[in-house]
Amino acid sequence: MRLDLGDAFAALIEWLQNNFEPLFDAITVTIGATITGLEEALLFFPSWVMIGLFTVLAWWVASRGVATFSLIGLTLLEDVEFALFGLEIAFGMGLWDFTMQTLALVATATLLSLLIGIPVGIWAAKNDVVDAIVRPILDFMQTMPAFVYLIPAVVLFGLGQVPGVIATFIFATPPCVRLTNLGIRQVSEEAIEAAKSFGSTPSQMLFKVELPMALPTILAGVNQTVLLALSMVVIAALIGAGGLGDPVVEGIQQLRIGVGFEGGLAIVILAIFLDRITQAAGEKAGSSTSQATT
Amino acid sequence: MAVIEADGVWKIFGGDPERARRLAVEEGLSKAEVKEETGSVIAVNDASFEVKEQEIFVVMGLSGSGKSTLLRCINRLIEPTFGTVRVHDEEVTAFDDDRLRQLRRTKMSMVFQNFGLFPHRSVIGNVEYGLEVAGIEKAERREKARRSLELVGLDGYEESQTSELSGGMQQRVGLARALVNDPEILLMDEAFSALDPLIRADMQNELLELQEQWDPACTILFITHDLDEALKMGDRIAIMKDGKIAQIGTPTEILTKPADEYVRSFVENVDRTKIVPARTVMRDLRDDETVAADGPSVSPHTPIAELLPILLDTDGLLAVRDSKGTLQGVVSQDAVMEEVVENADGARRRDARAGRADEDPEAAVA
Repeated sequence: MRLDLGDAFAALIEWLQNNFEPLFDAITVTIGATITGLEEALLFFPSWVMIGLFTVLAWWVASRGVATFSLIGLTLLEDVEFALFGLEIAFGMGLWDFTMQTLALVATATLLSLLIGIPVGIWAAKNDVVDAIVRPILDFMQTMPAFVYLIPAVVLFGLGQVPGVIATFIFATPPCVRLTNLGIRQVSEEAIEAAKSFGSTPSQMLFKVELPMALPTILAGVNQTVLLALSMVVIAALIGAGGLGDPVVEGIQQLRIGVGFEGGLAIVILAIFLDRITQAAGEKAGSSTSQATT
Repeated sequence: MAVIEADGVWKIFGGDPERARRLAVEEGLSKAEVKEETGSVIAVNDASFEVKEQEIFVVMGLSGSGKSTLLRCINRLIEPTFGTVRVHDEEVTAFDDDRLRQLRRTKMSMVFQNFGLFPHRSVIGNVEYGLEVAGIEKAERREKARRSLELVGLDGYEESQTSELSGGMQQRVGLARALVNDPEILLMDEAFSALDPLIRADMQNELLELQEQWDPACTILFITHDLDEALKMGDRIAIMKDGKIAQIGTPTEILTKPADEYVRSFVENVDRTKIVPARTVMRDLRDDETVAADGPSVSPHTPIAELLPILLDTDGLLAVRDSKGTLQGVVSQDAVMEEVVENADGARRRDARAGRADEDPEAAVA
């Protein structure tokens, strides 16, 4: 008898599809509604209002430098036309709507990753058996080529943004789990003992001591998750997720160098913006919890 | 009355604890032999002791002697493998999680060697932690935390970050945190060992003073590896070696009647006049004697070496008063001289032993 792993996996997916269709439909509806809601919210205001808001956010969370970058970078994503001394000036890439679509997709996938990744990370930190089981699964999720789980995602969730979010979630969750696990395991033994010796319950211990002390590490994981999610945008576009992946895919398929470049540049601008903001948030948390020096 | 009673407490890590204990008890194998035989590590070996109300009971031993493990068996940060621990006649080792938490919240608190502070909380946030987890309202716990900080001399630092403070100040925060719920029992795990010598001496003196002023005074279980500290702080001292308690006694008993070679090797190099405090040589004032209320006086913790110059200036008796000024007893020149002579005797014995140190590795180590 020959055991065919590929056939077995295909059979598993088919079985899931036949037996859990209502579940997958429910997931599709929930995720779909989240993305649509976010997208509509991001596109509700004119782009210049949003650019202003993002710039203020960058200034508040990060620094003036990041704010300047956001203002210039995000403006480049939009079409700008104005007249100066009778001279018509126009620049920009006109990719604002695509960018907001991508942002909605990345935000939804990140949200899902945190919602599942942080609790799993906590569990793995508390329980070595769970840790031993979770570890190889994370390796699998991170190293299996993304195209491979795109296929079952499409089978189970159809075409469009939802399978894009699912595929992104699979790829982007591991650092969140790993760094939550690491952060909690790194909390000093004496702080744990102190918390116990004053009569903390396990949940007081988690929320008052372990999570706050692990926060900088957890936020480093969030930063990684956001960037990995963004790196899946082009792949997700292949199954109709839309967003900034579209111009890139179009550029590849039609050999239009300029279109592809603009799409890629827009992704880079968005990536730098998100990276600086999440990193600054992590550093802020870190400065208030830095270990005592003795 | 005993506040803490430990009865036959064992802590054995790994392997088959029953077998490890049997080998140690019935066949008399040493800690190392038991580890060789079974893989089990006996950290605490049949420790029994009582801590009396309001005393400072010091457990002294070198690193690896099991003293910190023993301390953690008292509040069950580490579960004893065998034996019972009682606090006010209640069997702590039989408590469920709820009762144990209640005990830790209301009666017993702990100070840690490396402070164990929470870096994400301000100074006052650290101090009020115990009250917070006990569900005390914010206004009340702030008030209590502020009072506790005042007690250790840190008023004004409420909103500081713990990382901005020096080591000595950080340990004051640790002490304030432990005192905030008026515990009956204070467990101190090498609390001053990480501090530099001058700060350490300050903290020792302040703790002794605080303990005198408290009413009712805390019962303190104090762990240290430093004999000088043990002799200075302890009303009674237990000396531990390889998980076993080698001797329990007052500082004077430990110094004058060491129970075995190990304890002797420890204490024989001590310059006792710098350690033995006035209270160990003082006696009650007899009916036919008087001391002047405004005459010179010393604290009960003053080492006798410092008494000598004062005694030479006084004719007759020197008053020993606590920090409230209450007369505790008197010291005579004779009593101090006796101690000094005994110390010299000890030194002579030491010299005699040094002559044959080659054949006695224990003495050479000491």
